[in-house]
Amino acid sequence: MFRNQYDSDVTVWSPQGRLHQVEYAMEAVKLGSATVALKNKQFAVLIALKRAVSELSAYQKKIIPIDDHIGISISGLTADARMLSRFMRTECLNHRYAHDAAMPVGRLIALVGNKMQICTQRYDKRPLGVGLLVAGYDDQGPHIYQTCPSANFFDCRAMAIGARSQSARTYLEKHLSTFMDCDLQELVAHGLRALRDTLPNESELNTKNVSIAIVGPKTPLRVCDEAELTRFLALVEGEERRGGSGSATGDAGPAPDRAPGDDRDPQVAVAMDTE
Amino acid sequence: MAFMGDVLNPLPLWQNGPTPGSFYNFPGNASLGPVGRTVQDFKAHSANPITTTTTVIGLKFDKGCVIAADTLGSYGSLARFRDCPRVLKVNDLILLGSGGDYADYQYLKDIIEQKIIDEQCIGDGLQLKPKSLHCWLTRVLYNKRSKMDPLWNNYVVAGIQDGEPFLGAVDKLGTAYEDATIATGMGAYMATPLLRDALEKGPLDEESAKALVRKCMEVLFYRDARSFPRYQLGVVTADGVIVEEPVELKHDWTLAHMIQMK
Repeated sequence: MFRNQYDSDVTVWSPQGRLHQVEYAMEAVKLGSATVALKNKQFAVLIALKRAVSELSAYQKKIIPIDDHIGISISGLTADARMLSRFMRTECLNHRYAHDAAMPVGRLIALVGNKMQICTQRYDKRPLGVGLLVAGYDDQGPHIYQTCPSANFFDCRAMAIGARSQSARTYLEKHLSTFMDCDLQELVAHGLRALRDTLPNESELNTKNVSIAIVGPKTPLRVCDEAELTRFLALVEGEERRGGSGSATGDAGPAPDRAPGDDRDPQVAVAMDTE
Repeated sequence: MAFMGDVLNPLPLWQNGPTPGSFYNFPGNASLGPVGRTVQDFKAHSANPITTTTTVIGLKFDKGCVIAADTLGSYGSLARFRDCPRVLKVNDLILLGSGGDYADYQYLKDIIEQKIIDEQCIGDGLQLKPKSLHCWLTRVLYNKRSKMDPLWNNYVVAGIQDGEPFLGAVDKLGTAYEDATIATGMGAYMATPLLRDALEKGPLDEESAKALVRKCMEVLFYRDARSFPRYQLGVVTADGVIVEEPVELKHDWTLAHMIQMK
């Protein structure tokens, strides 16, 4: 692990002007399995790769429904994600109770952002070690948001987070211009191809390790059942895989070797930006 | 034990300084005896309205809603204040009318206006919708009545909900309903039949709806002893909200000879 005199607390600056605790938390997001979100003119879609801790166990849930019109996909510490999802559910319910209407997605994200920011600035708290992809639909159409432990949040047209997600982002960037005008089937197919690029060579997407959620106009958030997953997976089955072993940028790599007595700050592999 | 002072009624801590070994009522510890109690602990609840306003009329037409209310603030039966406007433009989608206690209306009006300002500050281009405000008023009014301290008002919410006209009412208990015609207070008895009759004869356009509401205001002025000839009219359509300047209705008491006093 990193040994460093400037990473004991979130409130301690390094001489380079960085907050190492926050940057470590950003790394935690990259330990979770990859998840992809993208939208067209009508629909927002979440696609997640689930992991199982052992052959004997079930796959860990990655997509959490928040309300009829919002769902999240998580990467990082599941416990922190559960805390955030409970908060988001409460806010959505309270908004419905008081205003008899669905919570606007952007406003919910702003609340979550503010909540996450607090623990990046207090000595008695720690940043949350989870990144979220939020898909939602409201009066202004479909939305994809990404949130980070650094309490930044981004309004995206498509995004991928988690282990080896750089490959997925490369795919998404390459096809970004086509998303807005394609139909739901094509959109999900693009998402699955992006997610597949994060897989190591020997593994494949199947109904067990993929989770898909869709939300859109007159389409309350739906986490697809096995039959629907099979249909979507058939769209990309047998296609040649693009990336092979994805670029390592999305991975949490081992700490670089350091000479004893080297007092410089360790160079954190990836800084506060979204990459 | 005299040095301990009165155990049941301990002194406040900083009176002539503390005495070692005595019981004191530490600040913030109100549970220690009646000394900690102040008059402010007993909350005065308003049991009745003071300065009151009378009927609000709301009427739906094909492309929007119209609301009307006079500008009189009554002090009991005394016609005390003659310029109490109570037709409010909330935002581009909502028109609000209020009857009942004028102070309670002003209190809630300030809160609603702040709510709208807060929303504009978010800057996401979303606007509060009439159905949301109607629901929110229900929650607020029901919450206040549950504390045995109701806001003594009737509210009429008119607006455009996703392109369609919306008209709803909430009373001081938080009881709410939606209808094509709404009249609160004395108007519920005297204007509602006129409004419903007209509506049964077919759908209204903006001009006929306004004419009908003006007729109702005239009838109410003659028959409601807390009414006033000066009133305000507001219209909400998809084009926005317009609250007209107060107008005087023409009254002619020569028709009073038809009323037989026995």
